[in-house]
Amino acid sequence: MSVEVEPKPVGRKPLQWFDVRGRRVGMWAYVAMRLSAIGLVLYLFLHLVILSQLAVGPSAWDGFVALAKSPAFLALDVILIVGILAHGLNGLRLTLVGLGIGVPRHKTMLWIGLVLTLALALLSALAIFAAEG
Amino acid sequence: MLNAMAHKLILRVYRYKPDREPYYDTFPVEVPDTANVLDAIERAWDDHDRTLMFRHACHHASCGSCGLRVNGCEKLPCVTPVADYADGATLTIEPMRNFPLITDIAVDASPLFERMQLVGMPIIREAEPLRADGKTIFPEGVRDFDRFENCIECGLCLSACPSMAADPLYLGPVALAAAERVLATSSDSAKRSRILELIDDEHGLWRCHSAWECTEVCPYQVNPAEAIMRLKRIVAAEKFKRLFHR
Repeated sequence: MSVEVEPKPVGRKPLQWFDVRGRRVGMWAYVAMRLSAIGLVLYLFLHLVILSQLAVGPSAWDGFVALAKSPAFLALDVILIVGILAHGLNGLRLTLVGLGIGVPRHKTMLWIGLVLTLALALLSALAIFAAEG
Repeated sequence: MLNAMAHKLILRVYRYKPDREPYYDTFPVEVPDTANVLDAIERAWDDHDRTLMFRHACHHASCGSCGLRVNGCEKLPCVTPVADYADGATLTIEPMRNFPLITDIAVDASPLFERMQLVGMPIIREAEPLRADGKTIFPEGVRDFDRFENCIECGLCLSACPSMAADPLYLGPVALAAAERVLATSSDSAKRSRILELIDDEHGLWRCHSAWECTEVCPYQVNPAEAIMRLKRIVAAEKFKRLFHR
């Protein structure tokens, strides 16, 4: 005999998403994925605000370009690249394991993605600072 | 003869009674270093406060009823040695997450069993008869017992899963692992259709965002996360086929 029942609601607690006490690498990747996503969405809006300076006129845009060449701003560019790479490469890993590809090696794929993120971000940083140096 | 040394711990235990706000109690306990965390909790109950409520039964990871969190991580305290923690350490003992709390560290486990019933996986299994040579006689349609049969329905995976926090109706790791087992072993097309419909739902398979915590905390290596990934592949393939067979 089977009995049809509805699961009992247990309450929403989305802050649990960021509770990494005692957690392993998969959960750290899960949290990093969400934080990088929030960061990239905020960047998108910031980008649109900055582009709106074009509507103000050449003086406003020139002022922003001068600011954008400062070392602190260039460092923000590097952080943006780290976020894009980490989010994109982890997304690729999740797509692959979701399709059943490389499931037992998901942690290895995570570490490879992390190494690639750091290596490509380092190369990007060198290129950005050399171009403005 | 084993000579057990004394192991001192400070248990910082979550307390909740329906008529007051939750708080933490601190109990210093001393147990043999061969003891498990459940022994330490029982020592706290025995020496300090007999109103402390917790679930337990078998003391050997068979019943799955004593699940809780130690320092934020899901554990079966009956098989978690106190020796895993330094002498004098403070252990924060909290109830499992994502279950209705009854009192102190005792939760209502019914959401787990309700999910298993939805999938149609029997909670009480039939006896598994053996042949004269000691080998198992498999039920009709079952070719082999899988890791899923190791599941003791402790609920640690539901507590550890971050997706459960966002959707209280999410089927969760154990029910999805059971669904994968049903699909892998049953040729009954009606049953397979019902399971596919159940899991390909807003509260089903696609809520899993691959944190892998279910597999990490499982005390019996059931590996629900890998079962969920196999399910995703099966359902994605079914959807892809349907695109060309309308």
